[in-house]
Amino acid sequence: MTKADIVEDIAQRTGLTKKEVAETVDLFLEKIGDLLVNGQHLEIRGFGTFKVKERKERMARNPRTGEAVPVPSRKVPVFKVSKMLKDKVAAAG
Amino acid sequence: MTKAELVEIISQETGVSKKDTGLIVNLIMENIGQALVSGDKVELRGFGSFKVKTRRARLARNPRTGAAVNVPAKRVPYFKSSNELKGRLNNKD
Repeated sequence: MTKADIVEDIAQRTGLTKKEVAETVDLFLEKIGDLLVNGQHLEIRGFGTFKVKERKERMARNPRTGEAVPVPSRKVPVFKVSKMLKDKVAAAG
Repeated sequence: MTKAELVEIISQETGVSKKDTGLIVNLIMENIGQALVSGDKVELRGFGSFKVKTRRARLARNPRTGAAVNVPAKRVPYFKSSNELKGRLNNKD
């Protein structure tokens, strides 16, 4: 499933134009990105939580040369699936 | 940030009413949830993808009694963020 499929489904079910729906969907994704960049998190009940985790600096090895190289600390976006959605998916399987 | 706050921000930028924006946002979650329940994946370009992984059945141990317990196979939803989103979090701009 892609964004286009979602937009199509929502437009059909709400009677809103595809343009309105597409703009809203795009902005929704963009804003989640923005708030993560600002160090905020977003909790959506029954769906999950988007947040940022910090990965510490660590030493790794270049597998070809065996040389130790430092991997700098970095931020990664994570999505923690709500228990409700996890249970639903597990129950369907 | 909460969903309500996000809906407010989006509505202001698009001119789509708060009510309709809220409806669209809820339907986005519903679409993603349904896809995952059906075992489908959802790819949102520039943002990330939602997928379902299957965990194999395994034997675990009850740490208190040491008894072997059968853990059945199960399906677990997860989110993989796009390289774009990861990049945004670590950009110096």
